[in-house]
This record gives sequence, structure tokens and C-alpha cells, in this order.
Amino acid sequence: MSSVKIELRKDQIEKIHSFCDTFNNAHGELINVLHKTQGEFGYLPAEVQEVIADKIDMPVAKVYGVVTFYSFFTMTPKGQHPISICTGTACYVRGAENVLAEFKKQLDIEVGETSEDGKFSLSCLRCVGACGLAPVVQVGEKTYGRIAPDDVEEILKEYL
Amino acid sequence: MDLIKLKIDGKVVEVPTGTTIYKAAKELGIDIPVLCYMDLKNLNIENKPGGCRICSVEVEGRRNLAPSCSTDVAEGMNVKTNSVRVINARRTVMELILSDHPKDCLTCAKSGNCDLQSMAQKLGIREIPGQEYAEMSTYRLDTSPSIIRDMDKCIMCRRCETMCNDFQTVGALHAVNRGFEAVVAPAFEMNLEYSSCTYCGQCVAVCPTGALTEVDHTNKVIAALNNPNKTVVVQTAPAVRAALGEEFGLEPGTRVTGKMVTALKNLGFDYVFDTDFAADLTIMEEGTELLDRLSKHLNGDKDVKLPILTSCCPSWVNFFEYHFPEMKDIPSTARSPQQMFGSIAKTYFAEKIGIDRKEMVVVSIMPCLAKKYECQRDEFKVDGNPDVDISISTRELAHLIKQANMDLVGMEDSDFDKPMGESTGAGVIFGVTGGVIEAATRTAYELHTGKSLESVDFKQLRGMEGIRSASVDFDGLEIKIGIAHGLGNARKLLEDIKAGKSEYHAIEIMACPGGCIGGGGQPYHHGDASILTARTKAIFDEDEGKVLRKSHENPDIIKLYEEFLDKPMSEKAHHLLHTHYFNKKKKTFEV
Repeated sequence: MSSVKIELRKDQIEKIHSFCDTFNNAHGELINVLHKTQGEFGYLPAEVQEVIADKIDMPVAKVYGVVTFYSFFTMTPKGQHPISICTGTACYVRGAENVLAEFKKQLDIEVGETSEDGKFSLSCLRCVGACGLAPVVQVGEKTYGRIAPDDVEEILKEYL
Repeated sequence: MDLIKLKIDGKVVEVPTGTTIYKAAKELGIDIPVLCYMDLKNLNIENKPGGCRICSVEVEGRRNLAPSCSTDVAEGMNVKTNSVRVINARRTVMELILSDHPKDCLTCAKSGNCDLQSMAQKLGIREIPGQEYAEMSTYRLDTSPSIIRDMDKCIMCRRCETMCNDFQTVGALHAVNRGFEAVVAPAFEMNLEYSSCTYCGQCVAVCPTGALTEVDHTNKVIAALNNPNKTVVVQTAPAVRAALGEEFGLEPGTRVTGKMVTALKNLGFDYVFDTDFAADLTIMEEGTELLDRLSKHLNGDKDVKLPILTSCCPSWVNFFEYHFPEMKDIPSTARSPQQMFGSIAKTYFAEKIGIDRKEMVVVSIMPCLAKKYECQRDEFKVDGNPDVDISISTRELAHLIKQANMDLVGMEDSDFDKPMGESTGAGVIFGVTGGVIEAATRTAYELHTGKSLESVDFKQLRGMEGIRSASVDFDGLEIKIGIAHGLGNARKLLEDIKAGKSEYHAIEIMACPGGCIGGGGQPYHHGDASILTARTKAIFDEDEGKVLRKSHENPDIIKLYEEFLDKPMSEKAHHLLHTHYFNKKKKTFEV
């Protein structure tokens, strides 16, 4: 779970309420509500889950259960520069695994985590449709192709 | 209703549409092994997530095996429940479940009572192929005042989740994460203590493994009994005597009151008393409070709230403190019998035998896990010294007796000690749903009308339906009574009160199915709800066998008021026997 405690502003709570209302506060629409809320906040911290649970009158344990079941949902805020490493077939066979290992080592975080300074977060994705450039890495909107573990330090420097 | 004809193991059976294969097989007397499945029939609770796959059967024409607990029958189906393919699959499923399950059966709290252990035995599992490559589950242990969660032993049957959410509507537990990491946990995987858990213990009552167990205090009891500087007083709740025998192989519903008293004396308790005595005392206080509120209400006092709700069930108290704190003024302020007992034992009785409260240890034997939490509440302590020091469950008492190598079954009967061992039939029926309000009615009727009851049996208050209502004629004044057991049913009555739709004068609520006889600390029923019916009968039999059946006729209660308390709701009684409630609504992130 997220260790950072956040205080939601009134307008943020209202926003979450409006998402719940959009889906008629129906229990069966929880996934849609979570999807929409994560789209707005970037992640689903405990506080946000509490607000949703209260609004649609569902035990928060259940909301948390759904959030932890689907890998799409995250309780960790994305870094300022989210790093995505493609581990699709083409990138994988051209050494994406080693590139990923180097990012983990340099940032000292695991996939799905955010660095302590909040600058970088690490995730994997499957194929960005640029297999000719394999292995591919994206930092924010920028795409890097034919990356080797040795290039990782240079890439990170751009954002420091 | 449409009937569907199918064949199971070569035999033809006709069942209504929507019947599962498992239930259709039952009709034929074919017992398909189940693990996660649970059917508590008269409580309308069915857990069938189809998760464990132990109940898989072969259905002709289907490529895969089908989970019989959650697959509906179809016309012309041809089912095989014990083909070689089925038996092999069942064994493989079991081996996979066991692969990441701890193998510490010898020292596990659930050993001998574990459904997983029995199933492994039944299926003849002797080794687990690939065990050396299997990773063991490693989840942190969570200890609360009442319940221990050891999620390494969770097999994701989700029975606890069904009890906590569907039956109790407490919503403390839910399945989280997935795959090998999947466990049942409170929100954000906080400890149970910081969740909305009421410690009813129904999760423990249905857990098939050692994943959920009670906090065991038997060692504390043994230490107290062996401390020469302590006078150890024990009280036994009404529901214990109706179930303890099951732990020693007796038929459910066998009463062991006298044998239990002998066992407790042999264990070395200095005074063996009865919580039923305190139940009689509760009736004096709660019944008087009911009449007081009622007469004020009838006289037009707008500040007096009705209905009055009972307050003897600690899990129910937790429930309204957490979930309905805005209604905390409605329940009776009377403490539970456990706490009234402790309070009187450490004042009145301690004075009588000339010792200080600190030299006395009060142990309670309860069918309940929430009682462990209740006796630790700050309101029930004097200068840090609790009125009740240790609360153990019926199961823990059985362990104590077994540890001492005593044979409960062959024991002679003994009587409770005096003065706090004297009780009436009204005190006994506190152990079943409807019992507290029936006991209160017996006394309130006579106090209000000044007349003697012809029959003390209020059969209209008895039964196993989740919510019941009845009227009692108080000599021209109609008293409307509501009864709920199970917190989900209680919630419905509370919603009605909140909406101003409740017409009741008094409501009794017990958290567990059937009342305390189905408590979280009772011998495991393993999904057989008929055991609860047998225990209920035992309680009413005990009531009928009593000479005195009305609390206000208990001679030692009368004496207690004469010598010590003055009268019900006196200042002293208020101080010692009443309590107040708190708003404990929890926001997880505030913890």
C-alpha cells in the first residue's frame, strides 16, 4: 500500500463522487469507476478508495480487493518521468530483459515502483509497434530505440 | 417447477431446474467431497465460489471436468463422480493446494479439526510431487485481541468472506491480490484491529484450516491457577454447557453442566460460578430500564428513545459503534453478563471473602471470541485492573480439560458454588436467539402488571428465522418485540429505526447464528447447521428443568440487591453494572 498519506481536496472528492454518480453508484460498475478515477489521479491511493467505498456504500476491503486483483490498477503514484520498457516478443529476444535489469539496478526500484525522489517510475508494456527499433524504451512521451544496458545511464541523465 | 432428468454414476435422478450436480448427487445418496463449499441450510448461507475444484466431476461430452458445487444440472446429463479421471484430478488438485501450505500439522491450532487435513487423509495423499520446488507462502501474522490471522494457511475457500460480508455485513475481510499472493484480508492489508471487524468470530467458526483461529489464553489460565497469591474465580456462559460435550465425542445437544462444574473444580478453580447468575442480574437492570423508558415514552417524554436494544452481545456492541455510531444512545446501557459478573465478583464477592480485587483473577468461559476483546475495554477496568482478567472459549476449556488428562464424559455432576452460582431458567436462555428478550419479558411482565405469569414460555419469541417479531400482551398494553440474529439481520432492523419505520418497543440482537450457541468460540460445526438446533434444544431443556425460571425470583440476586446494590438502576448499580458507548467509526487512513 502507499505509505504517503494524502489529503484530498474538496473538489477532488466531488470529482470522485461525480464519477460514482456517472455509473449510478452501482456495485457492478466498480471497475469502471476505478478506471475513470485512476485516469484522473494517475493512481488509486487508499484515501481515494475510501471515498469511492463510502459513496457507493461498499466495504472498502472489497474495493481494495478489486484494486489489487487487476494489474492495471496501481496504488503507487507514477514518477515525474514514467519509464516503460517493452518486453514484447521482438524486444524480448533482442535483450529487453537486460535493459530492464539495468534500469532496476540504477534506480534501485522494482517494476511497478517509483523512485524515492518521485522522479522515475518503472513499468513494462507489450509492443509499441516499433519492433524495428527493438529493444524499445519510452520515457514519458519520448521513445528510445536499439537500447543496450550501457545506454541506460545516459538516458537517465537527460532527466536529472 | 420444471424437472430435469439426469444420470449420476449410472443412477437416474429428477431434480428441479437450477439444482447443482452436487445437490442432485446428494438426492441419490452420493456424497461428492467438497472443501471450499459450505451450506448452512437453515441460515440461508451457501458458499460456492467453485474455487478449490475438489468437487470436480466428469460430465459426458464436456472437455473439462466440472465443479459440481457450482455447475447446474442439464437435461440428459451423464455424470461420473468417481471415475479414474476424477479421482486423479482430485488428488492433483489437493497436491497443488498442499504444495504451498505449511506442513506443521502437529502443532497447528486446528489440528484434528482441520477440513484440509481430513480431505488429505480421505484422498490418501502421502506425498506431494515437486514439493522441493514449491515456494511456501510467507504472510505476516496478524494478532488482534480476539482473532489470529495466519494467512500462510489460507486456501482461498472464501468461506470467511461469505460470513463477514453476506451474513454479517461487516465487510472487514475480502480476497486481495492474485495467484500465490492471494489471501483474505482487511482493506489495505491492515491488521484486523484497524478494520471494521467486530470479532464475532464467524470467520473462525467456518475456516477450514488454521488460517483463522482464536487468541489462545489457556496458558494464562494455567499460570493463574498455579499462582498461590491469587484467588481464581471462574464463570461459565449458558451456551458453553450445551456444546462442550461435543469436544469429548458426545452427541450435539448433550448437556454437561454438572460435569463441567466438576472439571473446573478439578482444574483448581477456587470458586466455580455461573454467568447465568449475572444474566439474571442483567435482566433486573435491563428489564427495569425497559420499563422506565417505556413508561416515560408512553407519558409523552420526547427525549426518551424507543425501541430499546439489548446490549449483552459484545460483537453487536462493536457493530453499532463502528457502523451505526449515530444510534449509540438506543441500546440499553446495561453491561453484558460477563462484565456484570466481573464487576460484582471484584467488589461484592471480594469484600465477602475479604480480599483485594488485585488478588482475584476472574476467568470467563465463553462461546464467544468478542468477549476476549470486551474484557479488555478500558471502561471495564478499575485503576488498570480489569473486572474480567481472562476470557477463554468453549474450545479452549476443552483443551484445558484434555491437557489435564481428565475424562469429562465419565465425571460425576457437581453444583455451582454460592452465591454467584445460583441462577434461574431465564439466565440459561440468554444463550439462544430470542432468549434475552424472553427472559426480560418474564420479569418485565410481572413487574409491570404486578401479576404472576401463568406460563413463562413465550414460544412466539423462539425460532431460527433471522428476523422475528412478536407481540406480548402486558395486561392490555401491547408490547412489540423484534429479534434478530446475525448482524446482517440486525442491520435491517437498524435501517428501519433510522428511517423511522420501526414499530418495536424492544429489540434483541445477537451477532451469531442461533445466538451464543452458534458463537465463534464454540466447537466447530463443520457446516452442519443441525448442530445449532440441537444446542438450542439443550438450552430450553435446561430452562424447563429449573425450579425458578424468572430472574427476579433468584434468591441470591434478591440478596445482592438487599446487601449491596439497593435496587435496580440505583446509583451503585449504575456505577457497577452500566456502561456507555463510543463512536468508533473508522477511516482506514486515519489509523
